[in-house]
Amino acid sequence: MSRVFAAGMGAVSPAGWNVGALREALEKGEPLPMQTIERPGWEKPLPARLVSNPTTRPGFLAHPRLRRASLITHYVVAAALEATAKLRASRNSKYRLGLVVCLQAGCVNYSCRFYDETLKDPATASPLVFPETVYAAPASHVAAVLENVSLASTLVGDPAAFLQGVSLGAQWLEEDRVDACLVIGAEETNWILADALWHLERPAILTAGAGALCLSRNPKLSAGVALAAITDAHTYSAQNNRTRAARAMRRQLGDSSPRDLLCDGVGSGPRTDVPELAAWRDWTGPRVSPKRVLGEGLMAAAAWQCVAACDAVAGGRFAAANVSLVGSNQQAMGARFEAVA
Amino acid sequence: MLFPTTSPSPEPPRVVITGAGIVTALGLGWKLNADGFRAGRTAFRPVSLFDVSRQRAKQAAEVDLPVALPPTRLSPKQSARLDRAASLLLLATREAWQQSGWEPTENLPLVLGTTAGGMSLGETYFRQAVQKPRHHRHQATRAVHYQPQVQARMILEALGFSGPITILSNACASGSNAIGHAWELIRYGQADRVLAGGYDALSELVFVGFDALQALSTTICRPFDAHRDGLALGEGAAVVAFETLESARRRGADILGELIGYGTAIDQHHLTQPHPQGSTTLTVMEQACATAGVAPEEIDYVNAHGTGTVLNDSSEALAIGAWAGRRAATLPVSSTKANIGHLLGAAGAVEAVICLMTLREQWLPPEIMFETPDPACKFPIMQKPQDARVNVVLSNSFGFGGVNASLILRRWT
Repeated sequence: MSRVFAAGMGAVSPAGWNVGALREALEKGEPLPMQTIERPGWEKPLPARLVSNPTTRPGFLAHPRLRRASLITHYVVAAALEATAKLRASRNSKYRLGLVVCLQAGCVNYSCRFYDETLKDPATASPLVFPETVYAAPASHVAAVLENVSLASTLVGDPAAFLQGVSLGAQWLEEDRVDACLVIGAEETNWILADALWHLERPAILTAGAGALCLSRNPKLSAGVALAAITDAHTYSAQNNRTRAARAMRRQLGDSSPRDLLCDGVGSGPRTDVPELAAWRDWTGPRVSPKRVLGEGLMAAAAWQCVAACDAVAGGRFAAANVSLVGSNQQAMGARFEAVA
Repeated sequence: MLFPTTSPSPEPPRVVITGAGIVTALGLGWKLNADGFRAGRTAFRPVSLFDVSRQRAKQAAEVDLPVALPPTRLSPKQSARLDRAASLLLLATREAWQQSGWEPTENLPLVLGTTAGGMSLGETYFRQAVQKPRHHRHQATRAVHYQPQVQARMILEALGFSGPITILSNACASGSNAIGHAWELIRYGQADRVLAGGYDALSELVFVGFDALQALSTTICRPFDAHRDGLALGEGAAVVAFETLESARRRGADILGELIGYGTAIDQHHLTQPHPQGSTTLTVMEQACATAGVAPEEIDYVNAHGTGTVLNDSSEALAIGAWAGRRAATLPVSSTKANIGHLLGAAGAVEAVICLMTLREQWLPPEIMFETPDPACKFPIMQKPQDARVNVVLSNSFGFGGVNASLILRRWT
């Protein structure tokens, strides 16, 4: 078995449209300012951290496939282009790129818009909007923009499914079906998603964006980070609640040096955080919790955790980083990234 | 650990199917469906699940769900939370589970394809949030059970097994991709057994969406017919139990068939339209043949994606013609979407089970309403019920977004 390296990272978050902005916000450690989302029928809006428009209009928006694409696709494409910058600069056009897009809520803006039109008058609901409601739309658009994508899939699940996506990408590389694989987690904000989150975890602050990891087996493309481990998926059940699953994930990750970084997923709300905090109670090393700064970004937040872990190792700040993902309703999974010379 | 994995054996194990469950508008279970497909029955009727009075199309293939779900390990409260899609999934999984003869176990992967998951719950959530914003009753439950991974977890609870859940959502290729992914998990040594399939229920949003695109037939769904005018929607689920041949033999299981080939790739031509020449379709059919080690001459039947839309069928017909070469002139092809409609995320899995039926019972499913071949069709469309010698079959599925998939199944003798 050969090694799998992180060849690049990309991020769009309320901190900004690149990994540097994410890094800066996490290093600062202060929660970003909040905005609000209007909710129909309520005077009081819901809190959220929105992704600001980029300072200059991204060139990729001129691509014909993105004319009607929703914000989630913009985030996915921006993160993908950042994560593949080195790959695209260093290879000829023959390389085979795999693509795994991971979503929990997915294309909620256009889904809401289309269903709203349906309820008002189904005979005039827009045929332009409907195709953008499907989970597979962002993957299709980014594949069209990147052009070299030969194999693609969209995974749906709770945020820990991002590591299922990384595992799938690594599998495709090991089977030599692709030369590099881009794994992206993304979400977009919308009033109905904020409303659902309010029902499930009131203190949570909804946010959106995307995180991308470009994986490769080619050491020359390595950003100085290798994928060392992904745990099994510890699925929740009547016998295996979130607390047990989180502990099993922690055990499987094994002992780490206290000098390693822990990139955890706490910060959504007390009820959600309890199992993960319990699993890492004895952790004495450095820890970063992107959700405390950025908010609850669902699958995007899981991707930011992995991007932040890889970025910290790539930047030489840590020799290794563990990622802890205790998902909301499916599974707990963990991963470890290590520095390579 | 999912990574690093142990190196797969140089010779991948053979993967056989020892259980299959199917639910379509033709009925619940293998027998009703086999009888229906063999006779070429169609199952379309006026839509009753939601109001279609303002739509161009008025018909779909609705499933008659039983008044009560069969007993499982779910409590009555849990069972009551299952929406239509989860109920379809439960019925299909239970049939596959019982047929396989597997015992409740840990670490049994479940791989599912769906496009909409619990869309009906999402619609109800939206309506209540808009029309009665101060009423919160059941909204939290809907927000959770709308999600496909939660529906999958309910299936695990219902049947008493546990294991990793993977949900693939590559639009209408989802079911085939789920089956192909499960096959790869076993071939690459990551599992000995996997349950895999697809499910989708009819929903207002999706029906209106396809109607808005003018993709729905306002007459009769006639895939590959020169006068076709669109697809018809249906709903259903299918699940198969995969295991290594060694495992099946060890326990003396009844083997229904073998999956021997899988190909998948993405067509970047357009979000909703296939490449006019079917270039990606050709690629995945060739990939599937390469992994199966068979040539087009050895394929006895193609279960086409065949939606009944002008663009899909002409593109697929050209691809089948290019792939099959001389074999095309005598290669039996049909689309069972003519019988049960397009089942979206369930389609690939349901059609894989139909292929199993043809292999197991040695007949070909006809398109009874088919009249005039599209000029692009260089192959015969099965129009009449007929028995046939069927040893190897290929099934195509393509989705919005461009993911294409082909599966090849072989008769077990």
